[in-house]
Amino acid sequence: MLVRLSTAIAATCLLSGVALAQGAAKPTDPQIAHIAYTAGQLDIEAAKNAISKSTNKDVRAFAEDMVRDHEAVNKQALELVAKLKVTPEDNDTSRALTKQAADKRVELSTLNGADFDKAYVANEVAYHKTVNGALATTLIPSASNPELKSLLQTGLKIFQGHEQHAETVAATLK
Amino acid sequence: MLPGRVLAGCVVIASSMISVPAHAEMIQVTIDGLIFSPAEITAKIGDTVVWRNKDIVAHTATARGGFNVMIEPDKSASLVLTKMGSVDYYCRFHPNMLGRIIVAPD
Repeated sequence: MLVRLSTAIAATCLLSGVALAQGAAKPTDPQIAHIAYTAGQLDIEAAKNAISKSTNKDVRAFAEDMVRDHEAVNKQALELVAKLKVTPEDNDTSRALTKQAADKRVELSTLNGADFDKAYVANEVAYHKTVNGALATTLIPSASNPELKSLLQTGLKIFQGHEQHAETVAATLK
Repeated sequence: MLPGRVLAGCVVIASSMISVPAHAEMIQVTIDGLIFSPAEITAKIGDTVVWRNKDIVAHTATARGGFNVMIEPDKSASLVLTKMGSVDYYCRFHPNMLGRIIVAPD
């Protein structure tokens, strides 16, 4: 529990630290699109790793749901940026998320069986919490294009569902 | 001739056995932006619930210890109501989606 809590706090600090580093400047639409897409891709990669590693039925089913949903949302995001002629722009928040995911991947690579399952699912809870917080407080309010804003809002509802789903799976692993 | 007539008789019996009450209804529930709408429906035994998923992701209508209907994106799926009572359901993939069906006796 302590480990899980500290992971969640670390994740939250990381993202808010990045937000602070960027100062008061709001992210632009090309940056927001990049952050949202990157967050989805990182979760797909984590899920694919879990599918290849875990033998737990619930964990695998959850991971498969993550791949399917995040691929669907990101497909929609790519179609939208193409339509709007927006080129997603790399930024500090995207880089921080990518770095954090790479560190987590290293940590998870040392774990197996039930230990891996618990750590993966606990991180899914923390990760969705962090990304959902960023969507609600920064990304959605900063988005200026209404279609981008609308996709982010739908995305937030989907990812809030994932957060609850992950919590349900985590409870079965105790 | 005779076999044909016997067969026709069988068909009539079979169809009368599976017939639903004449007033059985189709009740539509739309899923849009992760919301079951209407969230609560009232139905009778024999009625059919049809969920139409307008979202880009798949959903389910799942009742604990009961039905589990998969609803693919941009598709519909249905369920014939056979039991009386109030049933709460949710989406297994997105448990923040909640709905209720109240089934009155036929």
